[in-house]
Amino acid sequence: MKSGGHLSIWFFTGICLGVNGLLIFARGLYEIANPPLHQVVLYDLHANVWWGGFLLIAGLFFSLRFSPARERARMAEKP
Amino acid sequence: MNLALLFLNTPTLVHLSAVDLVIIVFYFALVLGIGLYLKGQANTGEDFFMAGREMTAWVAGLAFLSANLGSLELMGWAGNSYRYGILAAHWYWIGAIPAMLFLALVMMPFYHICKTHSVPGYLKLRFGEGAQAISSISFAFMTVLMSGINMYAMAVVMRVVLGWDLNFSIIVSSLTVAAYVALGGLRSAIFNEVLQFFLIWAGALLIPILGLIEAGGWSGLQAKILQNLTELNVPNPGSYTHLWSTLGNFNANPMGINWVGIVFGLGAVISMGYWTTDFLVVQRVLSAKDLRSAELAPIIGAGFKMLVPLIVILPGLLGLALLRDPRSGELLRLVPANLAWSDLGQAQGLHGYDEVLPLMLARYCGPGLLGLGITALIAGFMSGMAGNVSAFTTVWTYDIYGTLINKNASDDTKVKMGRWVTVVGVIISIVTAYFAKSMPSIMDYVQALFSFFIAPLFGTVILGMLWKRATPAGGWAGLLAGTLSSVGMYVWVKIDPNAVRYVALSMDAQDQAQNMFRALWCCLICVIVTVVVSYLTQPKPDSELKNLVYGLTPIPKTEHVSMFHSPIFWGAIVAVAFVILQIIFW
Repeated sequence: MKSGGHLSIWFFTGICLGVNGLLIFARGLYEIANPPLHQVVLYDLHANVWWGGFLLIAGLFFSLRFSPARERARMAEKP
Repeated sequence: MNLALLFLNTPTLVHLSAVDLVIIVFYFALVLGIGLYLKGQANTGEDFFMAGREMTAWVAGLAFLSANLGSLELMGWAGNSYRYGILAAHWYWIGAIPAMLFLALVMMPFYHICKTHSVPGYLKLRFGEGAQAISSISFAFMTVLMSGINMYAMAVVMRVVLGWDLNFSIIVSSLTVAAYVALGGLRSAIFNEVLQFFLIWAGALLIPILGLIEAGGWSGLQAKILQNLTELNVPNPGSYTHLWSTLGNFNANPMGINWVGIVFGLGAVISMGYWTTDFLVVQRVLSAKDLRSAELAPIIGAGFKMLVPLIVILPGLLGLALLRDPRSGELLRLVPANLAWSDLGQAQGLHGYDEVLPLMLARYCGPGLLGLGITALIAGFMSGMAGNVSAFTTVWTYDIYGTLINKNASDDTKVKMGRWVTVVGVIISIVTAYFAKSMPSIMDYVQALFSFFIAPLFGTVILGMLWKRATPAGGWAGLLAGTLSSVGMYVWVKIDPNAVRYVALSMDAQDQAQNMFRALWCCLICVIVTVVVSYLTQPKPDSELKNLVYGLTPIPKTEHVSMFHSPIFWGAIVAVAFVILQIIFW
């Protein structure tokens, strides 16, 4: 996407999802090792681990696919 | 004094952990960073107000949808689905999809070809400055009111979940929105809307997934709702999970509405008016880079719109089925917001309808996920507010300041005016946030506003586009009559509640049903007055209507594309999916 200069909105989206996913995934792993005193409903499903992992992967995909370097290369290829 | 005590004045539903706070602070830093990054790209009026008209179909489409998917939408409709059952999904399906497809395939070419900056701008070209003045002033009024209720919705989230003081929430969020919209203009608002779209799905999708697991799937959910409502002696408990089969009679469903109100009031007037003439959403599509992108953008938005009930309506239904008082273990019954906020309500620990989504969030989301969910709601709120403020800024600058006050304003002056008006719009929104507090339900308030301003506007715009005989005097008179009649019916019912039987055709009609019928009548009044006055006055010559009216506008041929890139193909796919959903949940 041209709008936004070298940094695409999809790159920002990737950073946002990736950072949030990493934090949630890490917290999920920590909770498996140290179960909290007050647990949410369906705690045993460990939603923060698999949902955090999913967001992390999605974030990495967007960040790499629309990285500034790739965007510059794509712009340079255009006639 | 402990600084936290300044902000925490009510018991909190949950306590944020360090990781939740990091996620929230990261979001604020990111949006401000985006605003600063885009500042250098908002130097001309076209950049600041129309994002340079260079957005792709996907970006314009997601922004088009996200401008309507604020926290107001999330919390308000989750609250409404708790109150009215699955009938609330009509606002996502028949109340959106046909109108979005109509915008894409019928109306977008006119907006795109005449290169207007706004919907009031189109009215100026078609009907002259009289109709433009009414529509721009009423629209500006509506956007700051809407921005205010977004602010209120945010404050509710912060109050329910974190116990933050309402004033503190309003100040922090309004400063952030004012900063990033004033810096980057519409482009900044669109960037944040796309970001918010992903955050909302990331933060809210877990609620229906985990909720359905807990309830035992859709059939388990239906059975639990039936059991709970029967236990509470709620009339028509079985109607809460049926979309159409209970609309034969006014008193057979929780909303007190029949199919006429849904199909014609909502589907044909409110929805068509909102999605095709509310400049807040249309502005996003106008930023598309070419006609095909402008046609595809609403279709992409419609595709995702059909899925939104998953994260909005389903949590409300899950609340009906699963929420119990943690102290007594009895069914939790949510109440109107004004009762929940009263001293008595606070003393009894009551929760309002609009709090069902945060309650469900707190039920399933532990540290990290809770921070993401709260961030999604904050992002939704800020996006909703930013969308209204950026639309207000454009309409003020082009249609009020540039038309009525300073007709010779330079482009540079308009950009400066735009930045300042952004700040002023936020300040007015702060004031209006306090009005929203007195409404029983947020969405009833919003729908009342739509019925005042959007429903008659739709009548005027659609006649202007499709009927060349409509005259400037007819357009002006019809719009004025429609708006005044809608406000008049609202006031009539407030003064004499028995008037509901005339306005909404039934004494059973709840607030939403009244809004639908009021919209229907005022749109009809607008159309009738426009037609009558037009026949009594002189029409414009055809030469002045070129590019403004159907039949006098050569629609440019879009470039030859494969079937999979064709707006008509994707429009048909969305239409078929829409019909299937109606049958499944009949």
